[in-house]
Amino acid sequence: MVQERTLPTFSAASTQLSKEEGLRLYEDMILGRYFEDKCAEMYYRGKMFGFVHLYNGQEAVSTGVIQAMRPGEDYVCSTYRDHVHALSAGVPAKQVMAELFGKATGCSKGRGGSMHMFSQEHRLLGGYAFVAEGIPVATGAAFQSKYRREMMGDESADQVTACFFGDGACNNGQFFECLNMAALWKLPILYVVENNKWAIGMAHERATSQPEIYKKASVFGMAGVEVDGMDVLAVRQVAQEAVARARAGEGPTLIEALTYRFRGHSLADPDELRSKDEKEFWFARDPIKKLAAHLTEQDLASQEELKQIEQKIQQEIDEAVKFAESSPEPDPNELYRYIFAED
Amino acid sequence: MAETLFFNALRAAIDEEMARDATVFVLGEDVGHYGGSYKVTKDLYKKYGELRLLDTPIAENSFTGMAVGAAMTGLRPIVEGMNMGFLLLAFNQIANNAGMLRYTSGGNFKIPMVIRGPGGVGRQLGAEHSQRLEAYFQAVPGLKIVACSTPYNAKGLLKSAIRDENPVLFFEHVLLYNLKEDLPETEYLLPLDKAEVVRPGKDVTILTYSRMRHHVLQAVKTLEKNGFDPEVIDLISLKPLDFDTIGDSIRKTHRVIIVEECMRTGGIGAELVASINDRLFDELDAPVLRLSSQDIPTPYNGALERLTIVQPEQIIEAVEKMVALRI
Repeated sequence: MVQERTLPTFSAASTQLSKEEGLRLYEDMILGRYFEDKCAEMYYRGKMFGFVHLYNGQEAVSTGVIQAMRPGEDYVCSTYRDHVHALSAGVPAKQVMAELFGKATGCSKGRGGSMHMFSQEHRLLGGYAFVAEGIPVATGAAFQSKYRREMMGDESADQVTACFFGDGACNNGQFFECLNMAALWKLPILYVVENNKWAIGMAHERATSQPEIYKKASVFGMAGVEVDGMDVLAVRQVAQEAVARARAGEGPTLIEALTYRFRGHSLADPDELRSKDEKEFWFARDPIKKLAAHLTEQDLASQEELKQIEQKIQQEIDEAVKFAESSPEPDPNELYRYIFAED
Repeated sequence: MAETLFFNALRAAIDEEMARDATVFVLGEDVGHYGGSYKVTKDLYKKYGELRLLDTPIAENSFTGMAVGAAMTGLRPIVEGMNMGFLLLAFNQIANNAGMLRYTSGGNFKIPMVIRGPGGVGRQLGAEHSQRLEAYFQAVPGLKIVACSTPYNAKGLLKSAIRDENPVLFFEHVLLYNLKEDLPETEYLLPLDKAEVVRPGKDVTILTYSRMRHHVLQAVKTLEKNGFDPEVIDLISLKPLDFDTIGDSIRKTHRVIIVEECMRTGGIGAELVASINDRLFDELDAPVLRLSSQDIPTPYNGALERLTIVQPEQIIEAVEKMVALRI
């Protein structure tokens, strides 16, 4: 039996959840899951290319954090595994799918691809393909909120930034450098580590001297919390606390969400190193099933209502594919467009 | 402004732009309390506060990336590289993030930021402090690269760079900070994409930039006495190259000598030669000649350092040979 780190316990009774909120969380996670399943299908059918990293299994983190924020107003920064963060941030599924198809209607106009989803409108600062490089960018966005409020007298500038990255990024200098600066200047930011245990084939324990990442916050005098990343209500609760802290000007939080990717690193990864036992341990903790059970047990939703959400999302995904397929390719005459701001 | 030192011209540009636009701020090592290693931001923190003259920890990649994030969200950061060579540590943020992100995002974000500081070979500073990053960065799409060379153009160009909607790599030169010049009392801006005809002439076009402009002008004094009439062009914009001005000159002189401080291999001159061949080959009466720094890490020893970079006497010799011997 594989030895797993003890997941922090969380009592759903300790959190307030309305029916409406519960269904919204469920819908967002279903959207993430169905979207990624469709991506795998489309990739194998030759509709999308390059490196495609899917988010299956980690949905509770994206949904729990971003739904605790003000989507479209607060900032979100992602990695190469960015489709679902984009969706949670409000980028329409059809725009994300069209980007994967390389179409002109994609959120990055077909210039970015799977690892480079951007949306100014939805305050998605982007998918960054080099490990940890999004951390400084997100830190800069958080600095901007503070700057506007303190130097430009903009009282409405209370935006928070959520910066997502993985366990692999936490051994990179940019992680430590930015934690230092964010704590030093009390920046309104959430550093959200999605610790899925594996940096491609490098097991987390083989890469780091202190596997409990949230503890690294303490040396910067900043809040650090670990959370069961397979429980959306637990993630949402720590995110709400972190967001409140950030908006109050009390500085950043490092959130370590213990999670697992249900697929390989990318669709090109043979996934040969992770043991069957380990996978089974985590598959049994599917965050979507967990929320569904909670909603039905607490009489917040019926099976029928959940089914309706699933059908609605399936339809949305099918429409996204149709949209992507029928969208035009980028105009070859615009090959040079977007290099400079005036283009 | 009366006679103004180079570093004060830069300071005035930053001061004026910060007063004009509340989104403009400076970040980097020792830009606040210390006033910048070459005093370009001296005492500005007293006027604008510590957030607008942000002293950062020594973390070039992270504070440069932060500036990109701030620019994406509507501010106008000026990153000071204490020495431009240090920004090799921020190569990823300058290339992937500042340079390419607008394109990669399909035009979602613009990145109005300036990355400025002292570049070039100083006096016996050793290899690491004697970098010419303009050559390393010229291949990055989305960057504008500017090299200033006088107090007058430093001020006008820096103001334009700060107002530009794109990332601008702005090179000063470590040995030019104490130059003096009378500057206009009234505000002025200079275009980032225009080369400057420093001295009109008819015999040969000398293309140069940054400190080498002054080596060239020193050589020109002797050349004039010896009866030569070279045209001297300060490129100013290293990317994009101003082929209107360059082309006009070559169509007149039909001969080109490039004088640069960057290394020969993969340098600004290499790109110039290739572009001149592409566009103006039929105008040339002789192969383009490149005078560049040696392809070696800049040595500490003063005599070896002198041998590494182009000296005025080499420029004199090159012009005389090319013009007098008709080669």
